[in-house]
Amino acid sequence: MKKSKKIINSMKISFPSLSVNESAARAVVAAFSAQADPTTNELADIKCAVSEAVTNSIVHAYPDTIGEIYISVLILEGRIIKIQIKDKGKGIEDVAKAREPLYTTSPESERSGMGFTVMESFTDKMSVRSKVGKGTTVVLLKALGERKMAE
Amino acid sequence: MEKDLFLSDYNEETNTVSIILCGEIDHHSAVIIRREIDNMLLHTHPKNLIIELYSVDFMDSSGLGLIMGRFSLMQKLGGTTILRNPNERIKKILSLAGMERIIKIERTTEKNEKK
Ligand SMILES: Nc1ncnc2c1ncn2[C@@H]1O[C@H](COP(=O)(O)OP(=O)(O)OP(=O)(O)O)[C@@H](O)[C@H]1O
Ligand SMILES: [Mg+2]
Repeated sequence: MKKSKKIINSMKISFPSLSVNESAARAVVAAFSAQADPTTNELADIKCAVSEAVTNSIVHAYPDTIGEIYISVLILEGRIIKIQIKDKGKGIEDVAKAREPLYTTSPESERSGMGFTVMESFTDKMSVRSKVGKGTTVVLLKALGERKMAE
Repeated sequence: MEKDLFLSDYNEETNTVSIILCGEIDHHSAVIIRREIDNMLLHTHPKNLIIELYSVDFMDSSGLGLIMGRFSLMQKLGGTTILRNPNERIKKILSLAGMERIIKIERTTEKNEKK
């Protein structure tokens, strides 16, 4: 469609799927994204969306094992933050269905089925690629609003 | 290592359990909080559960699961659940799931939003 935007800065992290890493993962992504001078609300949106994707990898992709979770963050020209959260876990059979609000495969563990809905409403674009037995990659785009870029 | 995730109180006179959630509510903390709150609810069988959200800095959909789960448990026990003082961020998440139509939300403090 469009030419890809120039990358201003990038970061990659990876960590094992331990739930104790959820807060560190969203904090690191938020701290890095802060370079693009987001508003408090934009930063909170990013934090929450990342938390959803990471939690999904922990609880759904690697339900009975510990696997690796990979996050890459790009700050693109035009103050766009592109975040990719990837696992090599179980995968999703029907992505369209999984994205529906309130749809969950684990109601017994008190999941509300709102993770993808939260990611979608707190970012500007969400795409999900998944293959059963191979893993899942979620890409989130957050375009920061008009604002003077801090030097 | 863990910081305090919540404070709780049981008022025998009014048969009310009050829970003050603190800090960050995610999947990791929700699992711990759920276990302890349920212990308390099953011991006291309260008529009312009040969940105070004033001190919550972060909450994702795991918090929705935590709240819905306690609401269902209270229904089974024949009691009511009230949410207090969610900030704007938390209200946004609650309303994505339509929770304000299911659980009573009240405000007991002056405007507490930090901008
Ligand atoms: N990384 C993943 N690997 C495998 N399955 C996934 C992954 N992410 C999501 N899913 C599937 O998609 C469903 C919907 O995900 P979503 O995050 O919207 O809800 P949930 O995780 O079930 O509940 P909540 O996020 O509200 O706690 C999940 O129940 C799960 O079956
Ligand atoms: Mg989820």
